[in-house]
Amino acid sequence: MKRADCIKALYPELHDRLVVTIMGACAQELYDLGHCDNFFYLEHAMGLASSIGLGLAMNLPYEKVVVLDGDGSVLMNLGGLATLARYRPPNLTHIIFDNGSLLSTGGFASHTTAGITDLAAIARGAGCPKVSLVTELYQFLEAAADAFEGGEMATIVAKVEAVGPDHYGMDLKLPENAFIFERYIKQRKQARQQVAGNK
Amino acid sequence: MTVSRDNSKMVYEGIKAAGIRYLSAMPETWLVYLLQLAEDDPEMTLVEVAKEEEAIGIAAGAYFAGTPNALLMQNHGFLASINGIVSLALLYRIPLLMLIAHRGHIGEPYPWHTQGGILTEPVLRGLGLPFDYVRDPHKAAKQIREAQTFALSSLSPVALLLTRELMED
Repeated sequence: MKRADCIKALYPELHDRLVVTIMGACAQELYDLGHCDNFFYLEHAMGLASSIGLGLAMNLPYEKVVVLDGDGSVLMNLGGLATLARYRPPNLTHIIFDNGSLLSTGGFASHTTAGITDLAAIARGAGCPKVSLVTELYQFLEAAADAFEGGEMATIVAKVEAVGPDHYGMDLKLPENAFIFERYIKQRKQARQQVAGNK
Repeated sequence: MTVSRDNSKMVYEGIKAAGIRYLSAMPETWLVYLLQLAEDDPEMTLVEVAKEEEAIGIAAGAYFAGTPNALLMQNHGFLASINGIVSLALLYRIPLLMLIAHRGHIGEPYPWHTQGGILTEPVLRGLGLPFDYVRDPHKAAKQIREAQTFALSSLSPVALLLTRELMED
């Protein structure tokens, strides 16, 4: 299973969700499908994508938040899994693409290679309420559909091949991405308040 | 030494007066009453993290969500958060209001706090972060409000260092 295929299959479901990605290949593969104002690419600060997702989900209970994470990033913030488990906002879906590789920084094997470290087991042990481990695209889509139904914070560990795009680059400056993302959320909130006011 | 309950309360009232209803924090001795007040306050959401750098991400998420928020941590936690401050907050121009217990400076009896205490101000300066010391509990509310104002206008992290004078009786 390739991460790019997972993201492509997921893409139609992302248009009205707040999406936070990690750096490198994952961000690029989403961007290449077509950037949307509700996508935020964390191009550095490895490990914090899921923390951003937590802050978003807790403060915007009516929005649905999706974090596209990776094994290298999660390994940098394992404590964050415990924090997610503790506060477990039901509107948060945490997808961890586990390619067993620090692909975007030279392709060195990560601790998950060859099944040495089991991120799904760590997430379960951290107390994350709904954890699935998937290795095939149809399983990934089933798990994602189940997660998107909400009700409970979901963690999906998707085993993928260590392959990425053949190019990197976005026509999007990093602060611009943050400004547009914040404005998108603000406008959704205002529209929502207006609807509530008209009722 | 005892942590000042009264001054902690005044700082907490300053946090509330600034409209802050969401705190991400790592517990530490000087912050004990502040965190208890937050825990007991139905209007406040307190997120306790496993390590302080997480709080930079959580605060960024809260900022994107439009929620006035602040971070509470010890200075060693600030030192442990620097990559998040640099490569999330500064890189993407995300304001942070950081209330930092300034352990390990003049008056500190515990050796383990001293290096972090000595280095806190130089590191803040090195990062180019605006900061101020909070010494007088009566000025805390104003300082918190003004630090928040400046974080939001400059789109930068701003630090308030909670001093021994303020936090201990």
